[in-house]
Amino acid sequence: MLEKLILVGIIFTISLVIAMYATYFERKVAAWFQDRIGPDRAGPFGLLQPLADGVKMFLKEDFIPRNSDKWLFIMGPGIAMFTSLMTSTIIPWGPDIVTASGNIVLQVADFDIGILFILGVVSVGVYGIMIGGWASNNKFSLFGAIRASSQMISYELAMGISVITIVMMTGSLSLRDITEAQHGMNWNIFYQPLAFVIFFVCSLAELNRAPFDLAECESELIGGYHTEYGSMKLGFFLFAEYVGMFISSAVISILFFGGYNFPGMDMVEGNTLAVLGVVALFVKIFFFIFVIMWIRWTLPRFRFDQLMHLGWKTLIPLALINLLVTGLVIAFTSGWFN
Amino acid sequence: MSIEILVYILGGLTVGSALMVVLSKHPIRSVMYLILTFFLISANYIMLNAQFVAIVNMMVYAGAIMVLFLFVLMLLNLSKENEPKSSLLVKIASALAGGSLLLVLVAAIKDIVVLQVAEKVTDNASGLVQNLGHLLFTKYVLPFEVSSILFIAAIVGAVLLAKRESQIIE
Repeated sequence: MLEKLILVGIIFTISLVIAMYATYFERKVAAWFQDRIGPDRAGPFGLLQPLADGVKMFLKEDFIPRNSDKWLFIMGPGIAMFTSLMTSTIIPWGPDIVTASGNIVLQVADFDIGILFILGVVSVGVYGIMIGGWASNNKFSLFGAIRASSQMISYELAMGISVITIVMMTGSLSLRDITEAQHGMNWNIFYQPLAFVIFFVCSLAELNRAPFDLAECESELIGGYHTEYGSMKLGFFLFAEYVGMFISSAVISILFFGGYNFPGMDMVEGNTLAVLGVVALFVKIFFFIFVIMWIRWTLPRFRFDQLMHLGWKTLIPLALINLLVTGLVIAFTSGWFN
Repeated sequence: MSIEILVYILGGLTVGSALMVVLSKHPIRSVMYLILTFFLISANYIMLNAQFVAIVNMMVYAGAIMVLFLFVLMLLNLSKENEPKSSLLVKIASALAGGSLLLVLVAAIKDIVVLQVAEKVTDNASGLVQNLGHLLFTKYVLPFEVSSILFIAAIVGAVLLAKRESQIIE
């Protein structure tokens, strides 16, 4: 019980710290792409910049518009933050740590329904944006909220279907089992490249990251759903996006890139394996966080009709075909037609 | 003992939030309470060890259908000023209809016989994905497939209704 509590505390802190430094990293990456230097004033290499930003956010006036729905206005950022932090509970962070009094499992909860839990929480995550956008009582916010919700519903479908192929191959919904099935270099990406592409595009859309950030498209909607927000409430919305980025990178690494498995993992054992496994998972996570940023600073934003077209007419049919082919291959290789 | 207390607390919360759906004046608030009710129902399923049903309930109802509810309500611009004024006749009619529904429900509940649940049903593993899947694809495969055909029919009907009439004729 105690070790689980400590683990929850550690994961909570790590998620927040990584999200905090992802903001710094994002600005550095942007600067690098645009041939600038980026933040370098606060501390060595600008490393204290996230702290300075946080302090600034907290010290701003906490303003609630007069004609807004006060309670829902406050709840919006809270729900956004809550849902993005909640998914980290079922992620297997590494192999068991061996101690004298038994193994410590580096996972808060190993549900039987693992991946469905993530999809469920993600599908609830849109409420933060919707409620926040509606409660602001501003037409631009409402537009942002409506765009966000229709986008989320559209991309959830293709995301779910692409995950089913992985579940079919593994025969389990538990993220721990999915990771264990990709021992060594036996990663799912080699069997399911198409599912990976679909899942990755859909997670970008679910995260509301560029090129899918139509909900906060500044050239059309001022700031989208968070136009009326200020102070740390705005901070929560922005921060939730970075936490979500961390978690979805973790999910992508686990589903397609082997999670904590790495080539040559049979040569080490015990606690060395556990430490190296955690390091391997985090290297993959950081790589995907970088790729997401890379895409943001490279691609322009979609138009809304293009977004819907891509979601419904390209990704969903592709995901269905992929599902069908996977099913047929599994049926043939396991000899159901003999 | 502690489990029993938990069940009562959860049940109370579920009923309370379901009541708030009906009692709150503002439609958006009602929808919010309805979402909360779905979450609490999911929690009740988890207490019954039916994890799969719980998460699917959360995904489908709280995650997708209620988003559509909220979506439509947001577009309707409902505020106190332009709330439709209903006449006295409508109010009396709705009170009568609601009252008779209550009467039917009370009459139905009055005759209920609480069956003793067999030990086998509350088996710990019965709600897990694997067992549920086995049952769905062996014993209940026909009802399962028939209901999915029903769903497809509904989807086709919805698409047909959403198209413009000229497109259908072509």
